[in-house]
Amino acid sequence: MSDLSSINEQMRSLLARTARGRSEFEDLVVVPVFAVVVALIFGMLVMLATGVDIATIGKSFVALAKGSLGSVNALSETLTAAIPLVLAGLGLGLGFRAGLFNIGAEGQVLLGGTAAVIFGFTFHSLPFAVLMPLSLLAGAIVGGLYAAIAGALKAATGAHEVITTIMLNLISFKLLDYLLRQPYIQKEGRADPISKSVPDAAQLPRLLDWLDPNLRLHAGLFVMLAAVVLVWWILFRSKIGFAFRASGENPHAARYAGMKSGLVIVAAMGTAGALAGLAGASQVLGVLGRASPGFSADIGFDAIAVALLGRSHPLGILFAGILFGGLEAGGRQMQVDAGVSIDLIAIIQALIIVFIAAPLLVRAIFPWGFARKSKGGSEV
Amino acid sequence: MDVELRGITKRFGSVVANDGVNLTIRGGEVLGLLGENGAGKSTMMNILSGLYSPDEGEILIDGKPVVFQGPGDGIEAGIGMVHQHFMLVPVFTVAENVVLGVEPTGRLGYLDLKRARAQVDEINQLYGLHVPADTLIEDLPVGIQQRVEILKVLFRQADVLILDEPTAVLTPQEVEEFFGIVRSLKEAGKAIVFITHKLHEILEVSDRVSVMRQGRIVGEGDPKTLTEADLAEMMVGRPVSFTVDKTVAEPGRPMLEVSDLVVLRDNDEIAVDHLNMVVKSGEVVGIAGVQGNGQSALVEAITGLARAASGKIVFDGKDITHFSVRQRHSEGMAHIPEDRHKSGMVSSFTIAENMVLNSYYEKPYSKGMAIDWPTVHKTAAKYCVDFDVRTPSVFLPAGNLSGGNQQKMVVARELERQTKLVIASQPTRGLDVGSIEYIHSRLIEARDEGDGVLIVSSELDEIMGLSDRILVMFDGRIVAEFDNTGGKADRNAIGLAMAGATEGAAA
Ligand SMILES: Nc1ncnc2c1ncn2[C@@H]1O[C@H](COP(=O)(O)OP(=O)(O)OP(=O)(O)O)[C@@H](O)[C@H]1O
Ligand SMILES: [Mg+2]
Repeated sequence: MSDLSSINEQMRSLLARTARGRSEFEDLVVVPVFAVVVALIFGMLVMLATGVDIATIGKSFVALAKGSLGSVNALSETLTAAIPLVLAGLGLGLGFRAGLFNIGAEGQVLLGGTAAVIFGFTFHSLPFAVLMPLSLLAGAIVGGLYAAIAGALKAATGAHEVITTIMLNLISFKLLDYLLRQPYIQKEGRADPISKSVPDAAQLPRLLDWLDPNLRLHAGLFVMLAAVVLVWWILFRSKIGFAFRASGENPHAARYAGMKSGLVIVAAMGTAGALAGLAGASQVLGVLGRASPGFSADIGFDAIAVALLGRSHPLGILFAGILFGGLEAGGRQMQVDAGVSIDLIAIIQALIIVFIAAPLLVRAIFPWGFARKSKGGSEV
Repeated sequence: MDVELRGITKRFGSVVANDGVNLTIRGGEVLGLLGENGAGKSTMMNILSGLYSPDEGEILIDGKPVVFQGPGDGIEAGIGMVHQHFMLVPVFTVAENVVLGVEPTGRLGYLDLKRARAQVDEINQLYGLHVPADTLIEDLPVGIQQRVEILKVLFRQADVLILDEPTAVLTPQEVEEFFGIVRSLKEAGKAIVFITHKLHEILEVSDRVSVMRQGRIVGEGDPKTLTEADLAEMMVGRPVSFTVDKTVAEPGRPMLEVSDLVVLRDNDEIAVDHLNMVVKSGEVVGIAGVQGNGQSALVEAITGLARAASGKIVFDGKDITHFSVRQRHSEGMAHIPEDRHKSGMVSSFTIAENMVLNSYYEKPYSKGMAIDWPTVHKTAAKYCVDFDVRTPSVFLPAGNLSGGNQQKMVVARELERQTKLVIASQPTRGLDVGSIEYIHSRLIEARDEGDGVLIVSSELDEIMGLSDRILVMFDGRIVAEFDNTGGKADRNAIGLAMAGATEGAAA
């Protein structure tokens, strides 16, 4: 029947993948790249303004590049710093997709990491193949449960997650102090709050120590890559991820479609917290070897920036996390080589976020990078 | 002020939304713009108001070519648009919304709300808008919100007003008032472009009519000499039937039984008051009533969106009073929500994603914890073909569809599934006559397959055309019931019952 074949023809054309719109590409790639470039330039201007001479500025940017990319050690440091940032950033990005602005990654990193340490030394007699994965899991579970508190509060009472997660952060700082002084947890013979060490069998093995024993890159790298794939699968392939995204984009329509907002909120917060907990666990099991006050070193806050820069997309977050890891590693080198304060790195990171948040500003600075605004209608 | 569009072409990727359009708009005249869903009406008006810029062609104001870089330029030149979907800040007052962006300021740059309010009142007076300046938008009914949009445009001193499907969301009463406003604007010398899918409205208020199809103007005419049938044929390209083609209903077992149902509003007022009703398999029941008499609350309670304070809801013999939205959906209940944009779809999701928005979790789309996307895509493509959803691809965001095509997408999703009960609120809002014809036939088809069908609409014509039985809702209760076999129900009696005049049933 010709009628049938014309219907088939119609269906085939409906199913042809259209090329990604130019404006989508601009939003996902061009804006972030330009934001980074502008931020670096502004960083330079800040240095000029604070009286640093041109030669030193040049030297610092060389050091920044060298410290992040210039050697095997630099690359190892960059990736090591990126691991927890990407893990926690994935959790935050997933939350953003579900419409949740979770500020609590810092606390979830701290408690997740501490749980991993405690689990590790408690079951120190278990073999590596069991103990290491279970310690990671302990971190993920505790991080997830801690975040789920904020989720449950929101679902039950409508309490805004920004407020509750900030409060939960403060609580976690104090709780950690308290825990680290408990005889069961505190390192024997120490008066300051510091935990017992993670046994070897719980540690994430170093990957490059056969090259040079000082290279710190550890097996958390694989955890990170697996998490990127997993979060991508959750968001874009799974049923629960579909509900996350629908609830984030239009909660009203999600309710009409039969999605339970309370469930979605708690599940999304829990998943986000689990990833942050995993970030904490991989940091203590792979780098630090024990828990101490503030061991998270603002990973949970930097990860917010990573998630924003990565546009809440798992791949974007991977690249953004590596970039921030590189800035951190390079920043240390910069401090050593050029004597420039590492605070400059914080300024550059902050500027990146400002420019990411203000795509119009970026468009105005780099008009030639974008199709003429009026051409496409879809950005309206 | 006269405006001329000359050779306007606008493409979105492979879609040619406007294809060399020529159009003239004159001061003191109402131009009716008619066309199929996706014909390019909204696009052309977005170009005229400066929101989009054309790929080809030019705009002339009083003979002089102008170039708009954005909607700011359009309004500067005196062209203002009221969009299909409102753009108001719900937590601001009317006056605040009206002055937003062009706030009158005092000497030190502070917001001079008093002056703003005075100016708002002045316009109110001038055109008989009757909008309360100090009320919050969220507390106003849709009809008044729309006047706020008009006020916004007038406040910016527009001489050309573009009204994109303004009557779609209005009750018949509000439509009459709205026409009064349009006439007073016309008398004041404003040029008005009025887009609608309701042919009688075009005939009633416009001085000139232009018909669009597939991006082109395919006909122009004088409403005084044209009939609705002429317009419909010009628009769709074939004669259109305005009456619903159907056989006499053969009602079977009760599909939906509502007994003693009470539903409360957020503020604990009674919305549905000890209501009883039955919808049987194989019949279409229409609920007529002036908006705000508890119809929405009733639908929400039946579909599981609102809690029943007391009473019982039985669906095909099963007590579902405490079932969730999803459970009812799985049992075979379909729901076409009243406000597609707000409750029926996620604009940023693709058309394919929207087609499974409420059934992604069940067979055949569910595969373990994942969604079987290839199946979803194929199904979505089939739905688009069946319901004539005009789009080049199912992978485009649903927000890119024209208003009517969004509606068709939502209706397709609900009607293509195996169902036992279809609940449709304003199912044909924003649709062109051709699509209305098709969707009506699909609803009757569902009935003939043994579904119970419940239609809630403020359009009495639609209720009269589709229903086998008509219930009139007033003040939270069913106050009258009419047998409409063969369309024999008495329109006047229904009208009276809607106004709350009669108590008890007339058969
Ligand atoms: N922003 C956009 N991106 C891509 N395509 C678009 C966009 N806006 C409109 N279109 C396409 O352009 C065509 C014309 O759409 P338009 O909204 O102008 O139709 P319309 O005549 O207003 O229809 P309706 O009566 O349904 O509102 C449609 O095929 C639509 O899918
Ligand atoms: Mg339109």
